[in-house]
Amino acid sequence: MSTDTSPAIELRGASKIFKTPSGGLHTAVRDLDLAVGRGEFVAVVGPTGCGKSTTLTLVSGLEEPSEGEVLVAGEPVAGVGDKVGFVFQQDATFPWRTVLSNVMAGPRFRGVPKAEAKEKARAWLAKVGLAAFEDRYPHQLSGGQRKRVALAATFVNDPEILLMDEPFSALDVQTRALMSDELLELWEGTGASVVFVTHDLEESIALADKVVVMTAGPATVKQVFEIDLPRPRKVESVRLEPRFIEIYREIWESLGEEVRITRERGAAHVA
Amino acid sequence: MSPDTLSTPVVETAKTAPDRARSRAQAARRRKTIVFAVRVLLLVAVLGLWEVLSRAKVIDPFNFSMPSKIWDQIWTWVTHGTALGPLGEQIWYTLYEALLGWVIGVIAGVVFGIALGRIAFLADVLGPYIKVLNSIPRIVLAPIFVIWFGLGASSKVASAVVLVFFPVFFNAFQGAREVDRNLVANARILGASDRRVTLQVVIPSATSWIFTSLHVSFGFALIGAIVGEYIGATKGIGLLVAQSQGTFNAAGVYAAMTILAVVALAAEGLLTFAERRIFRWKPSGSDS
Repeated sequence: MSTDTSPAIELRGASKIFKTPSGGLHTAVRDLDLAVGRGEFVAVVGPTGCGKSTTLTLVSGLEEPSEGEVLVAGEPVAGVGDKVGFVFQQDATFPWRTVLSNVMAGPRFRGVPKAEAKEKARAWLAKVGLAAFEDRYPHQLSGGQRKRVALAATFVNDPEILLMDEPFSALDVQTRALMSDELLELWEGTGASVVFVTHDLEESIALADKVVVMTAGPATVKQVFEIDLPRPRKVESVRLEPRFIEIYREIWESLGEEVRITRERGAAHVA
Repeated sequence: MSPDTLSTPVVETAKTAPDRARSRAQAARRRKTIVFAVRVLLLVAVLGLWEVLSRAKVIDPFNFSMPSKIWDQIWTWVTHGTALGPLGEQIWYTLYEALLGWVIGVIAGVVFGIALGRIAFLADVLGPYIKVLNSIPRIVLAPIFVIWFGLGASSKVASAVVLVFFPVFFNAFQGAREVDRNLVANARILGASDRRVTLQVVIPSATSWIFTSLHVSFGFALIGAIVGEYIGATKGIGLLVAQSQGTFNAAGVYAAMTILAVVALAAEGLLTFAERRIFRWKPSGSDS
């Protein structure tokens, strides 16, 4: 079986070109090669607006690549598959559904009987610490709690591939560290392969096995760094370790340059 | 302000806090009473002025009537019935036509609006035709409907439907178009089919759009029914208006108007009540 040895996710020379409203063409991703092993946690960092998110939408099947190939478990992606979970940057909980019903949505969409879906949803709500909130509506929760609902709603589907698009960027710093720890705990129980997009280098090192640095847009892989920090990690304490700081410095040398390019371009646009 | 609050000793603020809350509540209550009192006063003043001017013949009582006569007219209709039969029957008839027209118009508007909002091909094909139809002043269709469907209820229902359909349609269409794309993407990732996305994401998020049109459109349904009756009918409040006008009974016209206003307000109240129940998930309004 070739599928058993193939990486969980593989992008081969993938490009994505969008039509802009003014009729021009915008290349978001260019000639991207990336492989994510099974059970691997990969963080993708890059300057803002470089096309990191587009990479995720290609893997998820929400968008098709203009050129190149996207493979999940050795199979080319055709539409949204059932192996994929996606945690969005913005709030994507359904505001008219209660917390429990939000978490049940995935299994129900996939045809799981109601009672079973409810049971699974309750178990995941307990894991994210929201068992007491199942009857609330999203607007009655804090931002961090809503993110937990989103995590539970994603994990309840048992995704083999977990795509996360700056999921914690809207949270305050303390909540963010807490959520990162929780994410690591939840993930360690599942063996899912993760692609975590962020512009926060600290977050990416603390979480990932491998940090991929993207170039200023159009995005392509610039450099890949292995993170050899031992697991289990605690986000708050791991960032104080000398090895962490060493890695940080090394990656920043690579990333900083791209950030500078992006900034200069922005300045040129303004001028 | 803040330096003052900071300099106040803690013990004292703790003591005065409940007092302050109480006085604030009192002030709010007082304000409410004053608003209500002035409101009533305004109504009495306007009606009183009308009555006095009309009795003093400053304005022509034959054309403008007066509140007391209007009240007498309503009372006569209530106790002795109208020339067309009991008043309740007229109200019910009009209400029935308006309600039926409204329900049909709303269902058609929502179905078409959502369908066109979701299926770009349909929207592209039908878009221009809908614009053309919408540009016709639809009230001119009422006479045609009387010709087509006769003097019975169906011609009034038809004119109510065409009046209701368009605002509901446009709102449902807009609502379906403006669905948060994140929610749709999320639902698809979670495994929802296109049908599920429509039923469980697009329709719920379009409901607030649709509801805003429901308020306006019930008024339109009443207009449709009344105008239809006015043009030709055997029963209904619109006919009552037409007959009163025909016999130069200004008080009758005003009385029918008053009755209509009450009916419309009651319907509006019911709709608001339903809306509150449906939109429990919305952050606006009082919590808990």
